[in-house]
Amino acid sequence: MKIALFPGCMVDMIYPETGIAAVNVLERLGCEISLPDKQVCCGQGLVNSGYADGTRSVAKNTIKAYDACKEDFIVSLTGSCMNAIVNDYPPLFEDDPVFSAKLRSVTSRFREFTQFIVDELGVTDVGASFPHTVTFHKSCHSTRLLGIKEQPLKLLDNVAGLQYIEMEHADRCCGFGGTFSFKEPEISGEMVREKCRTIIESGAEVVTGVDSPCLMNIKGALSRMRSTGELDRDIRVMHIARILDAKE
Amino acid sequence: MAILYNTDQNLRERASSCIENDFKHNAIETAQETFYVKRGQLVEEMPDWEIIRDRAAAIRNDVTKNLDFYVKQFAERAEANGCIMHYAPDGEDALWEILGIFADHGAAHAVKSKSMMSEEIGLNEVLEQAGVDIIETDCAENILQTAGDKPSHIVVPALHFDREAIAELYRKKRGYEGSSVPEEITHFLRSILREEFLAAEVGVRGCNFAVAETGSTTLVTNEGNGRMVDTYPKVQIILVGIDRIVPDLEALDTMMCLLPRSAVGAKMTAYFSVDSGPRKPGEVDGAEEVHIVIMDNGRHTLINTEFEAMLRCCRCGACLNICPVYRHITGHGYGSIYPGPMGIVLTAALEGYDNLGGMPFACSLCGACAEHCPVEIPLHDLIRQHRINMVEEHKNNPVEVPIFKGLELMWSNRAVYGTAMAAGRPIMKALADGEKGAMDESSAWIPIVKGWTSKRDFDVLAPELFRTWFKKHKKERNAGSEEGGQDR
Ligand code: SF4
Ligand code: SF4
Repeated sequence: MKIALFPGCMVDMIYPETGIAAVNVLERLGCEISLPDKQVCCGQGLVNSGYADGTRSVAKNTIKAYDACKEDFIVSLTGSCMNAIVNDYPPLFEDDPVFSAKLRSVTSRFREFTQFIVDELGVTDVGASFPHTVTFHKSCHSTRLLGIKEQPLKLLDNVAGLQYIEMEHADRCCGFGGTFSFKEPEISGEMVREKCRTIIESGAEVVTGVDSPCLMNIKGALSRMRSTGELDRDIRVMHIARILDAKE
Repeated sequence: MAILYNTDQNLRERASSCIENDFKHNAIETAQETFYVKRGQLVEEMPDWEIIRDRAAAIRNDVTKNLDFYVKQFAERAEANGCIMHYAPDGEDALWEILGIFADHGAAHAVKSKSMMSEEIGLNEVLEQAGVDIIETDCAENILQTAGDKPSHIVVPALHFDREAIAELYRKKRGYEGSSVPEEITHFLRSILREEFLAAEVGVRGCNFAVAETGSTTLVTNEGNGRMVDTYPKVQIILVGIDRIVPDLEALDTMMCLLPRSAVGAKMTAYFSVDSGPRKPGEVDGAEEVHIVIMDNGRHTLINTEFEAMLRCCRCGACLNICPVYRHITGHGYGSIYPGPMGIVLTAALEGYDNLGGMPFACSLCGACAEHCPVEIPLHDLIRQHRINMVEEHKNNPVEVPIFKGLELMWSNRAVYGTAMAAGRPIMKALADGEKGAMDESSAWIPIVKGWTSKRDFDVLAPELFRTWFKKHKKERNAGSEEGGQDR
């Protein structure tokens, strides 16, 4: 199957290993992948801070890039960016019939990575093995706003050796919220510390998710808690693509 | 206006002091936990929960769309029941009407139960200035009144007090001599309130839902003091927000199915009264004179705007009970008598953006509030809409404008992005802790990242963009598949 990939800028800039793992998994499942080079970022940080005009220019760049790809599906490695495109863009182009039409053609093809594998490829066992205890952060935008609940868990369930442990309040916000974590760092800091406490209490060795920004936030807080002695063991933070690509 | 009570501090200052107040912070966390579990269990038991939510949202939309009709119908029916109607376009009108009623009766002593609207217009202060002694009779409100404090929740306003603090407060202010056992405190309160009920000439209370078809008002309480306020004083004043109307008793039933479950995770409250007018000949209790003050106070200005859905709100507080931001900054972090998600949307819609001190930014846009709202208000979308309006009206922080302009340029242009990444990579690397590969607290002097790195490490840019790797990978793969072709 031919697909276009939407990595999200965080994967592109900071976590290329996530993108590489996703490419490995998707290619193993028989996908031929393209990546429009022109696209940069979904602009979620702008729209969430109220910059509608600025978002429109960023969004147009995204829409043009993916409208030019004719693949059946656009596979996203980041739930929250996909949510911005699918749910937050449309109101911004209400008065623009040309871009609205292009946008519809783009959003109708968007699928989140695990959603694509389970719902479109019909695969729940990707043949990975990862003999560790794993807990899963149910990111707000993918879980709640896009309704992707079962798919990642089904995939984890079929990873050889993986033992899944649910953390308390797995669907509670980690406090990233894009620019929220920069503009209101005190509140965001409290939220992520609480998220980390539930991760630590779960006892899992690894925390995973489908959303790179949340994972960056969690990783940063766990790392700080480790260096200040509040956390006495290493907890790995990995995007689900890396677990599905694992052969440990 | 009285909706905002802390405009001296901005969001960051308010939030910080609430986060640091361990007691308040913990009390709210524990309460949220309790509501969360109880509500969850009850909702689980109701397979048609979502259907009822849809129905409730439709009922409330119908009222908004035909507000004039329903206000008129309610007023006519209530009048036919013998109530005296007062219409107050804004808070000041309401205060004048209420002061007029007190003056007409020469009343100087009143008891009061549950009314957010009275908080919204600062009724207690105005009456006290006019020489009226007005006592809050619900336990939580009485605590707040005694302490001179503001509500921290719309359903359980004194959530931030514990029994020790309450006992101490009554010892200091009201001569209480007992222990901090809740029953004992309640007993004390009951004994002082009895006197008040008997002495009061006027009872003032709120209204959860006003039923247009029957002209009835309703009151939901857990302590029963509302009923005493209702029945003892000869004169009754009922404050009704125009957004409190439901068309008929069936609609009331639907709303009541959702309200207590959403609010406190209970099927029903201990007391639920439906009042339809003054005491009739032969009846043994109830007020002789009932005044209903219907207040708008800016609500109609939401109609036909992006915030219209907010008029569906039934003030259940479910959105506060789930909000992860409210959890940490508590009700007082918002600086409005309407806190939490519904508070942000409503306060900003009614007050405008000048004095909010950043309130609409007290939200990570996680969407939990909208998911829990029994009338399906898309609260997070409305909060974001406020931010969009603030930028449009230039009510955003001017310092951030060039930063966002820069981001816009970088995020919409691949070439600028590529250059920025190439330039940023060595800088970030130099600022990072070599071993961790992340910026830690040592970078706390850098303006934009300092908030971030004060609490967590910040991963630096990777040596190579993913898309750069991908291009090479594609090339290799294509070359590989061609070679593979030759092999065959
Ligand atoms: S979207 Fe905002 S207001 Fe709503 S629950 Fe999440 S943080 Fe709270
Ligand atoms: S916005 Fe919804 S959840 Fe919040 S108080 Fe109003 S009705 Fe309840």
